[in-house]
Amino acid sequence: MRQISRQTRNAALQTPLDTRYQIETPEGIDLPLRPAGLPVRAVAFAIDLGVRGVILGVLLSLLALLDKLGAGLGSILMFLVSWWYMVLFEVLNQGRSPGKQLMGLRVVHDDGTPIGWSASLTRNLLRFVDMLPFGYCLGALSCLQHPTFKRLGDLAGGTLVIYREQAVTRPVLPDATPRTAVFALRLNEQRAVLSFAERQGELSAERVDELASLLAPALRVPPSLAVTELNGIARGLLGPT
Amino acid sequence: MKQGLFESRHQPEWQRFGELLEQLERGKAKADASTEFPAAYRRLCNQLALAQERGYSSHLVDPLQQLALRGHQQLYRHRSRLGSQLLGFILAGFPRLVRQQWPFVVAASLLFFGSLLLTGVLVYLFPDLVYSIVSPQQVADMQSMYDPDASRLGRTAARASSEDWAMFGYYIMNNIGIAFQTFAGGLLFGLGSVFFLLFNGLTIGAVAGHLTQIGFGQTFWSFVIGHGAFELTAIALAGAAGLQLGWALLAPARLTRGEALRLAAKASIRMIVGVILLLLIAAFIEAYWSSMVRPSHPVKYLVGGGLWLLVIGYLVFAGRNRNAPD
Repeated sequence: MRQISRQTRNAALQTPLDTRYQIETPEGIDLPLRPAGLPVRAVAFAIDLGVRGVILGVLLSLLALLDKLGAGLGSILMFLVSWWYMVLFEVLNQGRSPGKQLMGLRVVHDDGTPIGWSASLTRNLLRFVDMLPFGYCLGALSCLQHPTFKRLGDLAGGTLVIYREQAVTRPVLPDATPRTAVFALRLNEQRAVLSFAERQGELSAERVDELASLLAPALRVPPSLAVTELNGIARGLLGPT
Repeated sequence: MKQGLFESRHQPEWQRFGELLEQLERGKAKADASTEFPAAYRRLCNQLALAQERGYSSHLVDPLQQLALRGHQQLYRHRSRLGSQLLGFILAGFPRLVRQQWPFVVAASLLFFGSLLLTGVLVYLFPDLVYSIVSPQQVADMQSMYDPDASRLGRTAARASSEDWAMFGYYIMNNIGIAFQTFAGGLLFGLGSVFFLLFNGLTIGAVAGHLTQIGFGQTFWSFVIGHGAFELTAIALAGAAGLQLGWALLAPARLTRGEALRLAAKASIRMIVGVILLLLIAAFIEAYWSSMVRPSHPVKYLVGGGLWLLVIGYLVFAGRNRNAPD
């Protein structure tokens, strides 16, 4: 019984329709992560490829001046850049290679914790297989069919590429005198009313009227006053600020 | 409690938490400032849970969620104690791991060394066979490298000591690249690893058989015996790590394939770290010892044999003591 009532109370927070991926932390809260899909990851990889090309080009042309010693250093450098570039950036720069940083992505473990050496090494060594038979075919296939867009290296390493959190700006609620609704609002209804008030700025006046008038009979007000009524309820829910 | 009141009461605290997070993310946090961090993080989680439970608006819940997410990233930050971990791994962890994964190690060794010896013997008995395995161009290259009449040894006909560096770099890139490919190929149900093991076994075996047969054996064997101990073992172990991945996919037992793969990858990536270390040693020996001309052949064989015993002894006996440093 208690289980059911909790379910309905939390109705507004239930499984979202998008690709969000919930992790439960030891602190007992759910954190939503947003896995990144194939196109944005492909762009990030292309940027990384370019960065690597530039690094190699500059350093190799410098090392060419050093003759034989330079050739040795050059091949070590080539090895480092081709196999370790991603690993070093991911582990030492909080899961972000330069390409991922530009595209607002990061790599984390499946449980949302920052990526470590072994997971990063696994996903980047197995990149070799993702690239088979040509142009990331296997990786793309695996990425497209997986619910959280994992390529083969991610599957083996237990890692996830997610969007970094972007700062949200708070909208100002429209002015209205605070009031209470004529009937008790449930939790998800409260959130719906608050969201309506907060998102009014993004909608056209007609759409706002149209949405609000749907609720006019339930609120027992004429349709023309429904918007003011809803804004008032939202103010009332928010309380003094 | 109304949302507005809740917010105005806790806003300063969230502000402080955000600033602390910023410092931690940039790695500039002072030690005494960070001691409050775990407690502040737990309070924030508490407030987030409250805000969700009370149905506060998503413009309050979302920023709190972001703060919690960033806090989670910092609290569970990856901690690397590479130095001590690496030492423990070399002294005990790696040989233990190799023994623990013995079925894969045996299988990979049989594939690699078996195909190597078999082709070696076959090419020795039927010399023309070498041309169906290795291209004539490569055979000619190999012959010029190990020609006993040439003054210096190695993969290039003539090399000065300053070239040792160049070769060191080349060996690192070439050999570790091969090892990584052999490992990664295992993800294709083990087929990639089997292919690279056999391919390398066949090529090396054919070249060895051919050079011995035409009488360049002395220069060839004395050159390769030293670093071969590390290099060949490392390739076999990389193959074993790859086979382990493939086996997890073929026979995941009671786990899902994805889960079995994840667990297998955890163990096999440690094996690969050991392989990298072995190959670094091999590259060093190959560039600085194997290429030396001064030591006579018996000395080279003696040292090479010693190195083989060392590697085998290390993999078989090291870390057996329970109290070995971890």
